[in-house]
Amino acid sequence: MQAAILLFPGINRERDMILAVRQSFGREPAIVWHKDTELPAGTDLVILPGGFSFGDYLRCGAMAAQSPIMRAVKAHAERGGYVLGVCNGFQIITEAGLLPGALLRNAGLRFLSMDTMLKVERADTVFTSKWDKGAVFRAPMAHGDGNYTADEATLDRLEGENLVAFRYADQNRNGSARRIAGIFSPNLRVLGLMPHPENLVDPLMGGIDGKPLFDSLAAA
Amino acid sequence: MTEINETLAKSFGLNAEEWGKVLEIMGRTPTLTELGIFSVMWSEHCSYKSSRVWLKELPTKAPWVIHGPGENAGVIDIGEGLAAIFKMESHNHPSFIEPYQGAATGVGGILRDVFTMGARPIANLNALRFGDPALPVTKRVVDGVVRGIGGYGNCVGVPTVGGEVNFHPAYNGNPLVNAMTVGIAHQDKIFLSAAAGVGNPVVYVGSKTGRDGIHGATMASTEFDAASEDKRPTVQVGDPFTEKLLIEACLELMQTDAIVAIQDMGAAGLTSSSVEMAGKGGVGIELNLDDVPQRETGMSAYEMMLSESQERMLLVLKPERSDMARAIIEKWDLDYAVIGHITDTGRIVVKHQGVVEADILLAPLADEAPLYRRPIAETPKPAKLPPIEAHAPLDQALLKLIGSPDLCSRRWIFDQYDSSVGGQTVKRPAQADAAIVRLEGSKRALAITTDVTPRYCVADAEMGGAQAVAEAWRNITATGAKPLAVTDNMNFGNPEKPEIMGQFASAIKGMAAACTALDFPVVSGNVSLYNETEGRPILPTPAIGAVGVIEDAALAVGYGLSPDLTLLVIGETKGELGRSLYLREILGREEGAPPPVDLAVERRNGDFVRGQILAGAVAACHDVSDGGLLVTVAEMALAGDCGAALTGAGAAEYWYGEDQGRYVLAVRDASAVLAAAAAAGIPAQHIGASSEEKKLTLPDGLAISLPQLRDAHEGFFPRWFA
Repeated sequence: MQAAILLFPGINRERDMILAVRQSFGREPAIVWHKDTELPAGTDLVILPGGFSFGDYLRCGAMAAQSPIMRAVKAHAERGGYVLGVCNGFQIITEAGLLPGALLRNAGLRFLSMDTMLKVERADTVFTSKWDKGAVFRAPMAHGDGNYTADEATLDRLEGENLVAFRYADQNRNGSARRIAGIFSPNLRVLGLMPHPENLVDPLMGGIDGKPLFDSLAAA
Repeated sequence: MTEINETLAKSFGLNAEEWGKVLEIMGRTPTLTELGIFSVMWSEHCSYKSSRVWLKELPTKAPWVIHGPGENAGVIDIGEGLAAIFKMESHNHPSFIEPYQGAATGVGGILRDVFTMGARPIANLNALRFGDPALPVTKRVVDGVVRGIGGYGNCVGVPTVGGEVNFHPAYNGNPLVNAMTVGIAHQDKIFLSAAAGVGNPVVYVGSKTGRDGIHGATMASTEFDAASEDKRPTVQVGDPFTEKLLIEACLELMQTDAIVAIQDMGAAGLTSSSVEMAGKGGVGIELNLDDVPQRETGMSAYEMMLSESQERMLLVLKPERSDMARAIIEKWDLDYAVIGHITDTGRIVVKHQGVVEADILLAPLADEAPLYRRPIAETPKPAKLPPIEAHAPLDQALLKLIGSPDLCSRRWIFDQYDSSVGGQTVKRPAQADAAIVRLEGSKRALAITTDVTPRYCVADAEMGGAQAVAEAWRNITATGAKPLAVTDNMNFGNPEKPEIMGQFASAIKGMAAACTALDFPVVSGNVSLYNETEGRPILPTPAIGAVGVIEDAALAVGYGLSPDLTLLVIGETKGELGRSLYLREILGREEGAPPPVDLAVERRNGDFVRGQILAGAVAACHDVSDGGLLVTVAEMALAGDCGAALTGAGAAEYWYGEDQGRYVLAVRDASAVLAAAAAAGIPAQHIGASSEEKKLTLPDGLAISLPQLRDAHEGFFPRWFA
């Protein structure tokens, strides 16, 4: 699995993501600047890490979704390539139309930084194969705008087509519709989620609960 | 046209004597811009004119100190060719006027002090003091400050890993926001601010200049009154996104050999950065303000020189590398402008629209800056607290204490700060006595803390100063790390009052003694005076930020208990209740002498504890500080979600005294640790054991369930902000 990590101005969790990818994939991810127009040849997986692209000014992810590289990312997704968007990355890919819905301001209107518990809704995907269906794992979250929202029809479709990837299993602190923490595209090749599995891949940092995500991708 | 005279100088904060000196140096009446430059460079904030004579008393040297005070931040050797670069700085006055922006730009400013030297910031901490929680204004200030710190730190992607919060009515009109940043650089890639190379371009990088923050440094050098709200326009506005770009652009540029000198534009903006860079380098500097990127139209030279617009840097570049430098800066969508050059005149010359607006010889501007040895009046040392007749029951006192504003859980606050970004946070807030942040690509980690106990300092500033240093040293030691150096943030009242200057001098004396005894030099710092509102000073608050190193992060311990461990207290307990939280919160008295700090004992006990931790004998360790022994054990139980049962004599003095130099260790093999302590002559006492049962059993046999204890501990902030 060859990964390319996208760098938009204001992204700040790319180093964390590089560590997680390096550990599970056993190879270095490529780093791609947002003004580039092509992904490196041989890219299997595009990762949009967390942070505050363009300061989250205007709307979280809205400006990054217009960056030159996003045209290549959309083409990659249309060809069936893998895309992972975490936190601000999730916001960017919803703004870019790769996934439905939007991430609104947290219900309590405060930034939330703590560990949350996530339930794995399906284990038959390249992103989740190392978990069992229904498994619950811990993941740090750190966001001001993680309140997943979509219209009822879209939510029903996500549920009906079994496209919910993760749900908040302890408290639904940010107020997400139907406790949704992450969703898949219909072909199960695009995953967006708010919490940060990449921050729990080393026992020294408090656990390896997030490592199965990267191990699953490495095994794909 | 404004007339430039003594009256105007006075309104700029210069007294008659200082105005006389300006005239003498200039040999003529200064222009408005020149007067502005003198007034900010000679403000208390920039010149340290009241504090300099005392700051010299602090020890600043050790074999591991690479750069002590005088640079943008202190630099120490942390092994493997790496350096830790760190400093703490106040943003008190702006944080009262406009809490969100005041705190946010405080974080931004201290970050720039660190990355300007070539370090990637890896940790932020903050030491906060607020007024009486019963006042609505306190709630507004806490909310704004916490949001501001989070808003800035979260966005720039530097984890906020620790800090401290106190409440006291003395801070009602004058909260303290002290922000600390720690960064990491290679020792051979440290950047300094001394300009060099006649003809080299002076380059402006970052945000555009606007009218915000003009005379901020002067505002920070006066007392507050009811009209302070009118000063809102002098508070700067932060843009953490631009700061993030500036960090990445500067660090990328620093990988090249383009930079001769670099300095951030902090207090007094373009004035202090250009004056200090040229002054330190012993050269001259000429600026053409027409080329300064401007956010507003029609700005005067005076306004541009004194603007404190945020997220700006001043660089001196090698001319042959300037194209490459421009490409890097512009890649990050930042303004890059050549605004002048280095000269050999020893003068700062400022031109605007073809007119020389300022022309000042640099040497006297620095060398003849005012320096005051202000009169001091020492506060008499308080009498020791007499024995207390009637005590509250242990369990009731514990529940009340652990839920009081000064001791309750800070979870509501740190849950709004991103503490894990960067992927190196080994111990997050409320897991260990110091935050532990690993160095990327290494096993090594830094231990970082901030400490001071103002209620001790107001009773005995010398003992309080020593205690602040000792507690910081102890907090680092309690994780297993070796304490290396400190940064100090001296927050005091009006230095023109002898009793305030006396507090300052005494605190320095105590700090100096502790830093010397503990081999814990001061490498950077900041002084904030005039922290008074309508004549009432804050508690003397010499906040200490400290850094230590542990060679293997896996050896660091936290304070959360796990079952089946024996609890030992290291250090002697006499039951010192003077100035304790028990005395204040339970008995309603703020009296007596603070607990004495015996520096030799401090060092002996700490070295023993660190040795035991590094030998793997300790599962958890917590220093005994605010609230005493019982609170310490309760915090350990809550952090580990694990019960404990205490044994021994049940006197309140023993369980709530705040005797210094103590630690609670949770160990597997108690007899081995007790034997080692006996052999080393260290007082050690068995006080109980941890257990599977989720309750805390007090020495008098009463038990409190962990959920009840947690409710009491974690309830305050959520209820306050519900």
